[in-house]
Amino acid sequence: MRTEELISMLATNAEPVARGAVRRRLAVVLVAGGAGAFALMLAWLGIRPDLAEAAREPMFWVKLALPAALLVTALVAAARLARPGVRTGHAAEALLVPVGAIWALAAASLASVPGEQRMALLLGDTWASCPFNIAALSVPAFLAAFWAMRGLAPTRPAAAGAFSGLLAGAVGATAYCLHCPEMAPPFLGTWYLLGMAIPAAAGAIAGPRLLRW
Amino acid sequence: MREREDQLKSLLLRGLAGEGAAYEAFLRELGAILRAFLRGRLARVPDEVEDLVQETLIAVHIQRHTYDAGQPVTAWAHAIARYKMIDFLRRRSIREAVQEPLEDDADFLASSDEEAREARRDLAVLLDRLPDRHRLPIVFVKLEGLSVAEAAKRTGMSESAVKVGVHRGLKALAALIRK
Repeated sequence: MRTEELISMLATNAEPVARGAVRRRLAVVLVAGGAGAFALMLAWLGIRPDLAEAAREPMFWVKLALPAALLVTALVAAARLARPGVRTGHAAEALLVPVGAIWALAAASLASVPGEQRMALLLGDTWASCPFNIAALSVPAFLAAFWAMRGLAPTRPAAAGAFSGLLAGAVGATAYCLHCPEMAPPFLGTWYLLGMAIPAAAGAIAGPRLLRW
Repeated sequence: MREREDQLKSLLLRGLAGEGAAYEAFLRELGAILRAFLRGRLARVPDEVEDLVQETLIAVHIQRHTYDAGQPVTAWAHAIARYKMIDFLRRRSIREAVQEPLEDDADFLASSDEEAREARRDLAVLLDRLPDRHRLPIVFVKLEGLSVAEAAKRTGMSESAVKVGVHRGLKALAALIRK
């Protein structure tokens, strides 16, 4: 088949294309991934019983703001990476803002207590399970994000996979906030970030394999 | 350069809105640009240029929903062309050429080449290798120009199965070229 024939074949009966494919697919990721993470958290872990009291403390909202800020950053980066020829801007640097903020809070909180109490702030009661719970809650959004990316055209599959994974991790961590009793910044700055880094790393590895087109 | 971009963009936007003739003109212009771009970079494998032009045109078509009207067409098409070229070079393990410096979108637009050579892989032959659920929708809708409804009647498939068959079939065709 000559190229000329291919071109007329492609153009024959080409249907009008709906606008906003990237936005629509990412909306599905948020809705399906968010609902999946929330349902999983409810069924498997349960909402913390003192949620109403905890919500009166500013630290509860700071804790929620950490995954929320990473979620927004990852969402913007994923939307850019999904389209050929769009620069990602400063997505990676933007991640340093919430991470730097929680680390600053963590340093202040560690400095404010005597040395022997610092380990308790860092480890809390649940450090051993926290990252894995967050990673597990991110699975629905991870599947949805890879479905979304596979229907789009990322030209940098490792980066697209990493930000898709981070997006999923942030969705999982947001849902986990409603269960998890920990409130100390050193804990959040370590185990929450680790929990979100697990799906991000998995995404970076899976991207080049699953996102080729 | 500006003019060329504006012209391509207007053709593509009209094409995305469903104007077949504008879309065909867009693909023809882009095909010539792709040919010049790839010929300049694949001087060592001149016989494969036309195949890659065809593969890239199919990719542009399949991915046309990722174009955003706020973005220069040149940047979008250039990124697809680079992606397909690098993928091709990796497949052939031609390493040194991948290290090429990033060039401007303006350079991408600068030249075009309308003299198509023969492609080595014949898409018509590859098409025969697709399963009926992909092949028949492409033959009826894209080659014979029947409407989706008519193609559905002829094949006994549902209209949505015909549409899906065209889309998946083109993807499968692109995958066959890559082999």
